[in-house]
Amino acid sequence: MKSITTRKPLEELLELLGDAKRVFVVGCGTCPTLIGTGGVEQVAELSASLAESGRKIVGTIVLPVACEPLPFEARGEFLAVVDGAESVFVMSCAYGVRQVSDLLAVPTLPALNTMFVGREEQGGEFQEECSQCGDCVLGLTGGICPITRCAKSLFNGPCGGSVGGLCEIGGGVPCGWQMIYDRLKALGRLELLEEILPVRDWSKSFSGGPGHYSMNQRK
Amino acid sequence: MKAGTNLEKVLEADQFAVTAEIGPPKGGSSKAIETKGEAIRHAADAFNVTDNQTAVVRMSSLAACGILKRMGLDPVMQMLCRDRNRIMLQSDICGAVALGIGNLLCLTGDHVKFGNHPEAKVVFDIDSVQLIAAVKTMREEGKFISGEEVAGPVPMFIGAVENPYADPFEYRTARLSKKVKAGADFIQTQAVYDVPRFAEWMKEICAEGIDRRTHILAGIIPVKAVGMARYMRDYVSGVEIPDAMIKRLEKAKDVREEGIKVILEIIEEVKVIPGVHGIHVQAVGWEEIVPEIIERAGLLPRPAL
Repeated sequence: MKSITTRKPLEELLELLGDAKRVFVVGCGTCPTLIGTGGVEQVAELSASLAESGRKIVGTIVLPVACEPLPFEARGEFLAVVDGAESVFVMSCAYGVRQVSDLLAVPTLPALNTMFVGREEQGGEFQEECSQCGDCVLGLTGGICPITRCAKSLFNGPCGGSVGGLCEIGGGVPCGWQMIYDRLKALGRLELLEEILPVRDWSKSFSGGPGHYSMNQRK
Repeated sequence: MKAGTNLEKVLEADQFAVTAEIGPPKGGSSKAIETKGEAIRHAADAFNVTDNQTAVVRMSSLAACGILKRMGLDPVMQMLCRDRNRIMLQSDICGAVALGIGNLLCLTGDHVKFGNHPEAKVVFDIDSVQLIAAVKTMREEGKFISGEEVAGPVPMFIGAVENPYADPFEYRTARLSKKVKAGADFIQTQAVYDVPRFAEWMKEICAEGIDRRTHILAGIIPVKAVGMARYMRDYVSGVEIPDAMIKRLEKAKDVREEGIKVILEIIEEVKVIPGVHGIHVQAVGWEEIVPEIIERAGLLPRPAL
């Protein structure tokens, strides 16, 4: 499982910077390093581009896991190297941006777009499988999520746009319901598709406000 | 009678029904709806108004159906799950009841990617099967999805769609059965061009007894030009046009006439397929041809019930 990110165009980054001249660049040693969006190389590359655009690079660092809280003893050192920067770019997913931003008093800006949490299907191929809806239906759909793999998040079978195993949105996207059908057929569980699945409770996720989980609430 | 609409009466009287589609304008002209409605009012039993079809913004189906109703026509309001959540869907159903609209066709909706606002956020709060079930609950139990009571009756004749040519083909009958179980009183299918494959599908439908629990209307889309046929074959989601038909149109001297002949032949064949209770003519942007087709198909005058 990896947090999948893509690079924002330089023009957008320069616009985000505004008048800030002194910039620090943070990379992440985990997902962005693996998929090549925010590792050592990309941090160096972005720093060079920013320098070419007239910015002063105060320094760079690649944190081992940008989304994890920095150990207490490392925080002082981090603040010391960032010191003097007017803005900080973080080449990680939004979680890393958030984590770093919490430590700093200067604008902490995303250099990447966070796309989805992806499963590596095979070398270098990542697939979104879960939309974190808070009410898992994989047990009824052969382990394939209709919210995520169907472009219309349908719950009761494919729409009329499923042809030859492909979704109507094109681009070779497989029809999620064809996948569900094939899997349930292989499992001998096609009867599951005869049940009408009732309307969903989206308040458990997308419409329920920001998610929060506290380990400290256990009684 | 569930809603007492003209469409329901025709179908319940075992008459071969004809419905026709009226595409609303890309603007607020009631005249545009009135002109189209007037031109074809004698040629069909009820008139579908599409709901922002192919994700292109047009006048709302609710408003256009209200105009048709005012003219004395029996509208079929199409309702998609793409653009409205359950609050708005149920609200618009109440609005439709208030305007005297009695037929409601529940659909999923083409993806926004096809339309003129491909960057729009899709809704899909509930799906078409769940919408059908919700309308039925409003009608039979007088309750909203939440379980709260609806003030007053909801006399709606509920429709659904099915595409006999979509995949997985082996699942299409079960999917239709699900829609009928949810409450679909009538079904309008995707355009039929490949009649043998449609007949094969209908055989399955009849074997399951679904044709006795709902009314199936075969979709008919008249073809005006060879380019249109090719375009539909290549780009319209879920439509399959046999190459032989395209070749026939290519060879024709009078493509318009040949196109009408092709459609009349399809209607002739579809009429006798067991379980088919009518046709649904979608002359997209060519509504004025409907009376000629219906007349030449020997389906005029329409029954007065």
